[in-house]
Amino acid sequence: MAGTAVLGRLTWRVADVVDVRAETPRARTLVLDVPGWAGHRAGQHVDLRLTAEDGYQAQRSYSIASAPDGTRIELTVVRVEDGEVSPYLTGEIGPGDRIELRGPVGGYFVWEPAHGGPLLLVGGGSGLAPLMAMVRLRAAVGSPAETRLLVSSRSEEDVLYRAELGRLAGGGLTVVHTLTASRPAGWSGYARRVDADMLAEVGPGPAARPHAFVCGPTPFVEAVAEALVALGHEPQRIRTERFGPTGG
Amino acid sequence: MSIITRGFRGRREAASADRVPPGQYVTRDFPVLSAGPTPHTPLDRWDFSIDGEVDEPRRWTWEEFRALPSEEVTRDIHCVTKWTKLDTVWRGVSVDTLLDGVETSADHVVQYSDGGYTTNLPLEDLLDGKAWIAFEYEGEPLEPAHGGPARVLVPHLYFWKSAKWVRGLRLLDHDEPGFWEVNGYHHYGDPWREQRYWGD
Repeated sequence: MAGTAVLGRLTWRVADVVDVRAETPRARTLVLDVPGWAGHRAGQHVDLRLTAEDGYQAQRSYSIASAPDGTRIELTVVRVEDGEVSPYLTGEIGPGDRIELRGPVGGYFVWEPAHGGPLLLVGGGSGLAPLMAMVRLRAAVGSPAETRLLVSSRSEEDVLYRAELGRLAGGGLTVVHTLTASRPAGWSGYARRVDADMLAEVGPGPAARPHAFVCGPTPFVEAVAEALVALGHEPQRIRTERFGPTGG
Repeated sequence: MSIITRGFRGRREAASADRVPPGQYVTRDFPVLSAGPTPHTPLDRWDFSIDGEVDEPRRWTWEEFRALPSEEVTRDIHCVTKWTKLDTVWRGVSVDTLLDGVETSADHVVQYSDGGYTTNLPLEDLLDGKAWIAFEYEGEPLEPAHGGPARVLVPHLYFWKSAKWVRGLRLLDHDEPGFWEVNGYHHYGDPWREQRYWGD
């Protein structure tokens, strides 16, 4: 992967909030226009910098959920109730506001159409965001890469991008949901935390040597990555991105 | 140049402000950042090496390593993903102890780990009481998710410069960028100068 990251200094840019979309009761997507944005690769993130009137600053990293699209990027933020930044990003900020960011950052948790498939994408909660960038890119360029996307959410109302995933499924993309905390009446999908049996059923198996991308909270990623290794997937083909329970 | 973020107030940790580098926030959790699955190396197959540009490579088994003098250190740690954790307590072997008597012309070091992770830094950043190979955290054996059985602790640099699951130090006469350093992250990583990414 050497040489594939962004060259040169990552300067702070001022992005315009052009739209805000509610995704779930606790999450929303910020659509940003970033003048001078030179594009990104699916899986990369940005750093946001927020400045209070007295000069106090806070920075946070968010994965880019959108496929490369000119100077537009989309970030999905899930509200952490006692967080410092996410309550602001999921409540206060709106169209017409401006926010500083720099990026794109990260050259490892990245998929490009040229990498091909098969792909095994496993996301927990807002860990779906960078995987969504990959799925959207795959669709945008018409990649035939066989892709299995396993989405773990607490409840049906917490599922991010649900309608869009329903539209994108097919043509080599299989989307499987599991709900870990509560299920609607008549739910016929998985109803437990991701485990080795589920991963074996979702596939592709180790013989197909998929590129595996796993993103979510630390315990989720630890469990999924360990299960994939136990199933026989090569550790070098399992790329992970973890975030802690706080900080939002 | 910074613009005001309309309506953002933020939450200050005033008591510890002078211990929190720019752009960082204090967490009481201990988040995990790793690029792949957590390796699990049995202790009877674990060893630790000093190699590269040295007169004679050194190697310790787990038992030999644990028989070395160790010390308890309390330090603040700073992750490039923005969290800072204050007053973390570790037990480990000082790198000074491991390099005592080693003849080398090297200026640079690559830490290398199970799972293939590497990270580079100047040799002087590991010397004179600045770095340890840690095997306990808060009085308990270091958990695999946090780098156990042993990880590097170089608390004055961003924490990706403290390799988890470390198996050795390779001394080099040239700088050799490691895993994150070829993926866009800074070659040195001083949190007080906010050296997160290339060009910072």
